[in-house]
Parts: sequence; C-alpha cells; structure tokens
Amino acid sequence: MERQSNEAFFWTLFSAGGVIAAILIPVHIFLFGLAFPLGWLPAPSYEHMMALVRLPVVRIYLFVLCSLPLFHWAHRFRYTLFDGLQVKHLNEVIFTLCYGGAVVGTVLAGYLLWNMG
Amino acid sequence: MCAVKQPTTRTAPAYTEFHPRWYRPQVSVYWWLFQRQYLKFILRELSSVFVAAFVVITLLQLNALRNGPEAYARFQQWLQTPAAIALNVVSFCFVVFHAITWFNLAPSAMAVRLRGKPLPDFMVAAPNYAVWLVVSGAVAWLVLR
Repeated sequence: MERQSNEAFFWTLFSAGGVIAAILIPVHIFLFGLAFPLGWLPAPSYEHMMALVRLPVVRIYLFVLCSLPLFHWAHRFRYTLFDGLQVKHLNEVIFTLCYGGAVVGTVLAGYLLWNMG
Repeated sequence: MCAVKQPTTRTAPAYTEFHPRWYRPQVSVYWWLFQRQYLKFILRELSSVFVAAFVVITLLQLNALRNGPEAYARFQQWLQTPAAIALNVVSFCFVVFHAITWFNLAPSAMAVRLRGKPLPDFMVAAPNYAVWLVVSGAVAWLVLR
C-alpha cells in the first residue's frame, strides 16, 4: 500500500494563508507601518486599540491573521530554499524550522490574544 | 585539509568502461537571475518572508498593547524609526506584489463559463480585487473610527 502524502494538508494551509495575506496584510502594513508612523492619518489611541482587541471577534480575526500567513510563509520559504538555493540535502531541517516557526508563532499569537485582558 | 576530491557519481566507476554516464546537468544556484519570468517567480516566493516579518511585527505590537500604554507608545516610536519605515515600505511592495499575483491566479485555477462561453480572465480576477477593496476599507474604517 502506498504511503499517504501530507502534501495536500500543508498545501491547504499555504493556500488559505495566501488568501488571508493577499486580502488583509496590505491594508494593515499601510495603516500601522506607514500611514500612522508617518502622520498621513491620525493614529488610533491606546484606548481605542484596547477596546477593539477586547472584542472576541477581533481576537479571532487577529489569530487567523497571524497564524495562517505563517503557514503560507513556511510552505513558500521551504520551496524557495529547496529550488532557489538547491539545498535539497537539508530538506528535513528546513521543513522542521519552517513549520516549527509557524507553530511557535501560532502558539504565541494564541497566548497573547488569550491574555489580552 | 583533505585536498583529494571525493569521487562523485558523475564520473563513471572504474570497474567497467561501459557503465552509462549519469545525465545530470549542473544548474547554477543563480538560475533564476537571468530570465524575467524566473526572477518574478523567485521574488513572488520571497514575498513570503515579508509576510512573516509582518506577523512578527504584529505580535510585537500586540505584546506592547498588552504591556500597557507606555510600552505601546514606545513601540509606536520604534515604528517611526527609519529602519522600521524602510522595512515596512519594502514589505508593503512585496505584499502588494503577492496580492496581485495571487488574485490573477484565479482565472488559471478555475474556468468560469457564462452561457457556455468562457469568461475573459479579467472578469474572473475582478471579484478578488472588489473583495480586496471592500475588506481593506472595512479594516481602515474600524481602526480609524
């Protein structure tokens, strides 16, 4: 019997993360990375940010925003190293580091958002 | 140091001169640099690094938020440093590049037909851009309210 590949599972995470990254990350970087620091738009107050983050739906949103794009990164970065730099002999190490990083980031996001107070 | 090069599979073994030579063309590590399509492919793949960088900055921002108003203000100051601005400018370009290439994949991933005729590519990709605009507007409205 042939061994089942996990590739479909990881590809689904990659694809879901790609959609989240494409639709949500540009506006987040534009607002928090450029518009607020450079004074193009009035930055929201600490209180307003806390009020938003206290909402359960915003926490779920932020959890998805952090977690799925990390799995998207893990998949793409793994194959960039694999094809681009041709480091095929390090395949297992790269796999562990990429997906390990995504899992660590997901756990951190869950911890931070759970304990936001 | 070992100066003798280890024999590789590329050289035929010594025990027979009729052993077939392996056909293994050597591909340069920089194979993607010299053609526009390949370069575009690698840049698209590299956009994922900036996606990850965004997540790291977001986690740091959430941590600052959790640590109180002073920590949050300090983090906002760090975001104003030239290094942070430069990173975010580059990240923004890469993430928009990812978004556009991702949305434009839709027509290749699914063939949409209307009354038996295939829809033109831009009509299949267009809803992605519409969703992008609406969702971006909604996020900005919630944050700026």
